[in-house]
Amino acid sequence: MTMKKLAALAVTATIAAAPVMAELVIPDLSYRTGPYAAGGTPFSDGYQDYFNMLNARDGGIGGEMLRVLECETGYNTEKGVECYESTKGEGALVYQPLSTGITYQLIPKATADGIPLHTMGYGRTSAANGEVFNWVFNYPANYWDAASVMVNYLLAENGDSLEGKKIALVYHNSAYGKEPIRTLENLSAQHGFELTQLAVDHPGQEQKSQWLQIRRERPDYVLMWGWGVMNQVAVQEAANIGFPMENFIGNWWSGAEHDVTPAGAGANGYKSLNMNRIDANLPVFDDIKTHVHEAGNAAGDGTNVGKVLYTRGMYAAMLASEAIAKAQEIHGVADITPAMMRDGMEALELTAARMEELGMAGVGPEFSVSCQDHGGTGLGIVQQWDADAGQWNALTDYIAPDDAVTLPLVMEDSAAFAAENGIEAGCM
Amino acid sequence: MSTDFLYLVEVLINGLMAGVMYSLVALGFVLIFKASGIFNYAQGVMALFAALTLAGVMEGQVPFAHLINAVFGTEIHHFGWHVPALLAILLTVGVMVIFAWAVQRFVFRHLVGQEPIILFMATIGLAYFLEGVGDLMWGSDIKTLALGLPQGGSRWIEDMTAGMGGDDFYGFFIDKLDMVATVVAIILVASLIAFSQYTKHGRAMRAVADDHQAALSVGISLNFIWILVWSLAGFVALVAGIMWGAKSGVQFSLSLIALKALPVLMLGGFTSIPGAIVGGLIIGVGEKLFEFSVGPLIGGATENWFAYVLALVVLVFRPQGLFGEKIIERV
Repeated sequence: MTMKKLAALAVTATIAAAPVMAELVIPDLSYRTGPYAAGGTPFSDGYQDYFNMLNARDGGIGGEMLRVLECETGYNTEKGVECYESTKGEGALVYQPLSTGITYQLIPKATADGIPLHTMGYGRTSAANGEVFNWVFNYPANYWDAASVMVNYLLAENGDSLEGKKIALVYHNSAYGKEPIRTLENLSAQHGFELTQLAVDHPGQEQKSQWLQIRRERPDYVLMWGWGVMNQVAVQEAANIGFPMENFIGNWWSGAEHDVTPAGAGANGYKSLNMNRIDANLPVFDDIKTHVHEAGNAAGDGTNVGKVLYTRGMYAAMLASEAIAKAQEIHGVADITPAMMRDGMEALELTAARMEELGMAGVGPEFSVSCQDHGGTGLGIVQQWDADAGQWNALTDYIAPDDAVTLPLVMEDSAAFAAENGIEAGCM
Repeated sequence: MSTDFLYLVEVLINGLMAGVMYSLVALGFVLIFKASGIFNYAQGVMALFAALTLAGVMEGQVPFAHLINAVFGTEIHHFGWHVPALLAILLTVGVMVIFAWAVQRFVFRHLVGQEPIILFMATIGLAYFLEGVGDLMWGSDIKTLALGLPQGGSRWIEDMTAGMGGDDFYGFFIDKLDMVATVVAIILVASLIAFSQYTKHGRAMRAVADDHQAALSVGISLNFIWILVWSLAGFVALVAGIMWGAKSGVQFSLSLIALKALPVLMLGGFTSIPGAIVGGLIIGVGEKLFEFSVGPLIGGATENWFAYVLALVVLVFRPQGLFGEKIIERV
């Protein structure tokens, strides 16, 4: 081959590669297979459908098309890290691992590589301290907020006093499940309720011992930190022992439709938190159906639209898109880098008016992010399952956590992380 | 009687019931290992696949719908009918028989005479393949098994026993689903024993289990027997899948129930059907009593690892398990 031909090939390759380089790359570390697929699939569907809708309807963001790179993790930490390593070179702007285990592994890697992580309502709670975790964001809420919101809800239900009440925490025996324990212990000391901790081993298919103990000890309330099959079995076991379902509250990873449907009528009245409001009639869903589903570009089979985790995935994609737009505005370029994306995330401000403009009025709380605060407001709603209607109904408006309890814990834990890793806290 | 003692009895009863559920899974392992010397890693996935197929057939779901829609641009998901439970079970049994034939025809026929570790590796491959096929065929969403199995504690037993202790004793809790599982397990084991003792094919199966070469020499078709054994294991997997699936819905974590069967096999022995039952009962009672008495002192969640500790202790003193055949090889 002559030098002329080689040069022509190189020019052709460069021209062909150019549009790819200019795209806004969003990896989607999904899990559509394995034991946790029922939760991973709707989230991923919502996440991808929203980006695809922006491409089809608006021509991307700021004139730049979005490219979603899906990588299957199977909710397996090693595979999640492999997905990160295999996609980061594509110009990934932000990672949403949807797994606390994967998040913990990616925090040092993403920090070293200068790529932001968005761990929405999961992951390392103290990452809310943006001065230590410059590249990690967990807005709009974290686990400790969830624990505090649950207790605030119970306080409101009990005339502002939980003195002498018995509360059991049924949790997945993992880093994820253990996250709320310290917060609940502090809240227990503050409000005078007795806290019983009941660990359930992975995957949570067998929980007879834990629920027999609950039956013996008769706590006033049961709180749950579950994921995957643990949720369905816990709801079934609670119904089996006749525990009053209105006194059983799961966190926002224990409150999807598939968590309650296997228990049938027995699940009626079960409550859970949600970090985002669900409303199947949001105008944005019409746009998704028109521009994505009817065009044959849906990420899934279209049956998840409007469900709890689909809505959350879509909400996560909206937050990423808004941060991209903010980054483009700050830096005056459409083709942003991961570092610019980080700046956009740190300057993100989500207002009620903006959510309405986006066709998802009230889907999440209003919040703003700053260098110091990567965690948002921590608000959550309480929703209740209506088994007859087969739907979740919001029982409350957004409830605020007790920052006086959660913030000191965030500062303490992040300071320990900074000391362990030789990080000098400060804004970038 | 003291309340603590009564609750201990309740834990013991529930441990026995849980043990039956473990035994249901372990039985499938035993059947295949006894007849062919293969440790079938895919048994848990077979339970998942069978339950997925049953739920899919009952709901009138189109198998491979996602694939068909992607290739042909169609939008089909359901046939528009619901299949009655009994017919759906029969159809699922048919699918498991076809699966048994396919496994024999396309995998193990080509591996005759290979080392046990090779056969074991083949079952690992089979497990992942079957999981993938199940996903492609029926999707990964959670399915509800509407078989009308009873759920929840028996109110009658609770009321009858509530007066045995003080005010703090609320009567014995016994899950109706566990009681059904116990009856099913008894019928299943009795049927398997009757089949192997009193039928021509059952006796042939035992002959193959005792000595392949001798069985061949008297005209028994190894190929047929192995298809028969895999079919029986498929049926047992379906029963286990139904019972476990009724608790949690049919979902991919069902394949992990195999982890609960391993200590049962280690304890009861890999070659004994009664061993699978007794092993399950010992593991069920042992882990529940340990969780009840020691669990609260050390943070709970002891059941998974304690079951293996129990099995390990038995292995140390009796490597073939309580009921397994002692293997003596002369050099």
